[in-house]
Amino acid sequence: MTLHLPPILTYALRRLVQAVPVIVLIMIGTFLLLKLAPGDTVDALVGDMGGADAAYIARLRTEYGLDQPVWVQLWLYMVKLVQFDFGWSFVYEESVATILLERLGTTLMLMATSLSIAFTVGCFLGAFAARRAYSLTDNVISTVGLVFYATPSFFLSLMMILLFSVQLGWLPVGGIKTVAGFYTGWDHVVDVARHLIMPTAALSLIYLSFYLRLMRASVLEVADLDFVRTARAKGAGETRLMVHHIMRNALLPVITLLGMQFSTVLGGSVVVETIFSLPGLGQLAYQSVIQRDMNMLMGIIFLCAIIVVVVNFLTDLLYARLDSRIELA
Amino acid sequence: MNGNTPVLEIKGLRIALPKGADRPYALDGLDLTVNPGEIVCLVGESGSGKSLTAGAIMRLLPEPHVHVADGAIRFEGEDLLALSEARMKAIRGDRIAQIFQEPMTALNPQKSVGWQLDEVLRLHTELGKSDRKARVIEMLERVKIPDPASAYNAYPHQISGGQRQRVMIAMALSLSPRLIIADEPTTALDVTTQLEILRLIRELQEQDGAGVLFITHDFGVVAEIADKVAVLCKGELVEQGPAQQILNRPQHSYTQALIAAIPALTPPAPRDFTGAPVVLEAKGLVKTFAARGGMFSGKRKAVKAVSDLSFVLRRGETLGVVGESGSGKTTVSRIVTRLLESDTGSVTVEGTDLLACSPRELRRMRQYIQMVFQDPMASLNPRKRVEALIAQGPIVHGVDPKEARERARKLLELVELSPAAASRFPHEFSGGQRQRIGIARALAMEPRVIVADEPVSALDVSVQAQVLKLLGDLRDRLDLSLLFVTHDLRVAAQLCDRLIVMQKGEIVETGVTAEIFADPQHPYTRKLLDSIPGRGWTPPVIRPDAA
Amino acid sequence: MTLLTTELPKPEPHRAVLLWRRFARNRAALLGLVIFVVVLIMAATAGLIEPTDPLRRAGVPLTKPFVDWATPLGTDQLGRDILASLFYGARISLLVGVLATLLSIGIGVVIGAVSGYFGGWIDDVLMRTTEAFQTIPNFVLLLALVAILGSSIEYITVAIAIVSWTAPARMVRAEFMSLRGREFVDAARNLGVSNTAIIFREILPNALPPIVVYASVIMALSILLESALAFLGLGDPNHASWGNMIGQGRAVLRSDWYCAAIPGTAIILTVLSFSLLGEGLNDALNPRQKK
Repeated sequence: MTLHLPPILTYALRRLVQAVPVIVLIMIGTFLLLKLAPGDTVDALVGDMGGADAAYIARLRTEYGLDQPVWVQLWLYMVKLVQFDFGWSFVYEESVATILLERLGTTLMLMATSLSIAFTVGCFLGAFAARRAYSLTDNVISTVGLVFYATPSFFLSLMMILLFSVQLGWLPVGGIKTVAGFYTGWDHVVDVARHLIMPTAALSLIYLSFYLRLMRASVLEVADLDFVRTARAKGAGETRLMVHHIMRNALLPVITLLGMQFSTVLGGSVVVETIFSLPGLGQLAYQSVIQRDMNMLMGIIFLCAIIVVVVNFLTDLLYARLDSRIELA
Repeated sequence: MNGNTPVLEIKGLRIALPKGADRPYALDGLDLTVNPGEIVCLVGESGSGKSLTAGAIMRLLPEPHVHVADGAIRFEGEDLLALSEARMKAIRGDRIAQIFQEPMTALNPQKSVGWQLDEVLRLHTELGKSDRKARVIEMLERVKIPDPASAYNAYPHQISGGQRQRVMIAMALSLSPRLIIADEPTTALDVTTQLEILRLIRELQEQDGAGVLFITHDFGVVAEIADKVAVLCKGELVEQGPAQQILNRPQHSYTQALIAAIPALTPPAPRDFTGAPVVLEAKGLVKTFAARGGMFSGKRKAVKAVSDLSFVLRRGETLGVVGESGSGKTTVSRIVTRLLESDTGSVTVEGTDLLACSPRELRRMRQYIQMVFQDPMASLNPRKRVEALIAQGPIVHGVDPKEARERARKLLELVELSPAAASRFPHEFSGGQRQRIGIARALAMEPRVIVADEPVSALDVSVQAQVLKLLGDLRDRLDLSLLFVTHDLRVAAQLCDRLIVMQKGEIVETGVTAEIFADPQHPYTRKLLDSIPGRGWTPPVIRPDAA
Repeated sequence: MTLLTTELPKPEPHRAVLLWRRFARNRAALLGLVIFVVVLIMAATAGLIEPTDPLRRAGVPLTKPFVDWATPLGTDQLGRDILASLFYGARISLLVGVLATLLSIGIGVVIGAVSGYFGGWIDDVLMRTTEAFQTIPNFVLLLALVAILGSSIEYITVAIAIVSWTAPARMVRAEFMSLRGREFVDAARNLGVSNTAIIFREILPNALPPIVVYASVIMALSILLESALAFLGLGDPNHASWGNMIGQGRAVLRSDWYCAAIPGTAIILTVLSFSLLGEGLNDALNPRQKK
């Protein structure tokens, strides 16, 4: 008996199945990185306890399966990862998963807002510049875009702090909320928002330039295609051409970038979160490197990978919905 | 208003090209009149400026690089060049409509057929939604789309090329325009579809009494459809007049040369090859592709591109493989040269089955069977000099590089190119010259068999004739055998001793060319022959001193 | 009128001349070239014109720029000469940028070419691997690699290459997939040319222009990645680096912002020059894209 699902569901299922080998590869990757890192869990544990005798260390090794062949260890590691068990953090004296969950929200909020701003504003400006290609407006927009593209996020963040916090005193230097502010309700929301303005702006401005450049190129390319000429010959005006014929086609490659860029933006949050002392995954990643908390670092890598896989999956579905040429069946 | 006013009157039209182009004006001093109910053909080879004329009338030239420098374009007495952009927008698609060459790309891939037809009505009428839908369905019926209701919801990629061109025509004609500009509307289509579309345009135009400016490079199409003809050469109008006069009694030497270049529909006298040795024998070739099919279903199914094909090719003989797109003729050429793996069967050359060769043996065997490709630009590596291109094969097969390059220069002379060509890159040549280089490359291997896959279909008619003649001469001089794949029966008639007529992967008829042309047995062969544009017209024999 | 078409047109000027003409038509690209040359000279002459060791004290700490001619651009909080650091930083930035780019483009070309030319299961395996690499946020992976390998300049270069090869690989794969189907590749196969020769002698030269253009993007990104590492204090402590200078300057941002602003501007200009160069190269190498 065959199962009859709506086309979009079959498509979704197929994409999910394709994601499995990618996740397995990442598991193997993080395992290899852990093996490469100097010292293992038992070394860390022993160090934590302030030393132990050789017999005890050997017993611990057996307990953690570290005396097994490598592929058995890999298997045990993967089984644990599937259960979202990332091990123990000797720095926080807490399970890695618990800490990660605490930090996840801040990062996701930062990502979601920055990316939406970067995407919408970038696409809009890109399309706007393309319609006036090689004019003064276009040159100004493209040049500013290029400069932001060339600016390191940490430098942009520092300059923003210098201007808005140090010089003008408008915005807080860092943190997610005012220390000992004890705001509640609406005031709390406003307080958090004020803390997020600069990090969000820094990330958006830099990634905005990606979308701007791509959208501009894409609109220029689509505007040259035959069907646009057909629409003109029908008597369609410029606005109609843009809205109904060019945008829809020009957006497709930009949406692909949205999915692919997500992991890069997530990486960019390390620097920005660290500078603005935001308690998110990025800052945690930096601290784990400094504190040599390998379990935590691998946990972050794996969690980020899962987030990226999910986001890619969603953009793929969006793309499939938008591109009528993709047969979903 | 229709009385005696021409629909379109062009006077002294000049279109300027940007600096650095090969000539200052794309079009220099064009005069042209289209009356209601009249089909005027604007004929010219590539680069003659014929398509820019359409752009100028629609006021859709890529300004400011290319712009009208001088002249007047009057549409029903009104000067189009003086109109505001808003007025022009109201005229486009309503009173002047255009049909384009490439039905593949002329429709928006992201909008349904119905939406795109509906857009014309939305732009130019006050009709309500349901009225518009009724009109669109009616138009789809008028252009004879089989299932208008499903076509309405289909996306362009879900319907065939011929259907798409019907949709374009429906779009152009939905508001009964006074002037229809058809820019090579059938060039991308198969012959049988081409004939249907030409008839459709004629039929609908007669119903509405519109004037048609029909742009084409093909005199066969002209013979089929034109009332009046204007001939363009490099932007200049060389001759115009009633169709019968231009076709049968051309005055200008350029027109005469163009018409003389058209292959006649009279195949060569049959030659006897029964005693000649077999150089290539194909047996039981089958190739199946997993592909999408079905007009609206989008379901995957296996398509038989070639099913159980067998033939022999004798020394000195030319065997034509003819058929429309999807007939499997190109698949045959690629299986025989093993650029594509066949499912079953054998291809025997020099006593060896090519299809059973190991990769190593295959590389050695390739010297016996060479290929000339369709697109002379795409088939020459743009990063290599001509000399290296021609010498590459022999060098791979162990000839001393110095000697191979020397031979390459001799081959250039054989294909009538100057040895100075040796040190240049492919993009520095014209299409016909590139195809000559392609032929030289094939000859460099001293093959027994040359497989030519549509070798002249990308070329202008005048160049076509020269390349065909060269191929024929070389075949006779070097005692080569040709497997000649083409969609063009005129071209096939020119060169082929025998024909294989293919339809949907199967041979429907095979025999001596002259016999097939005189007395086709299979209904499909008859249909193909009947669809040759201008088959009722025999190009006049023009004596060289007539000019 | 003759229609015979065997006469040749006039020969074209040399390729390099054509390329330069098309490149020079883009004025922004020329500006990029000028900035690049300046940075190159800085990197080459570090230590010659500026004899000071960038990591040693050269003057009074926190001397403002244009005050003392021994240290024209001033000194940082440890009294180190900012101009000297700038020159040595240029050397490190370019060194890391060029080597990481060569390495990552090299990996990308091999993987992309094999994947795109052969297709099938080879393509599946290589592309899933590429996807896995792309799925991990590049900077987080970079941190992990540096944490494991260590912070020496060689390891940083290798680590940057490891996190940047995926995009060129995908691009090369796409190029190869489209070029693989072109008739000139069939023509070469038909002459009996081997797969290796087809990949490297027939397809690769044609795929090169977009690769060269993309190299300028990777170059810019590598410099940004290296500076971010150095900013976070994870760079090679034995070399002066622009990122590290900004990181140090952060501590005195309120009073002496120039300590961060000068190297920051240097990074922006350098990265900008690569973007502009890339656009100029694109104009020169892909002339089909008309203005």
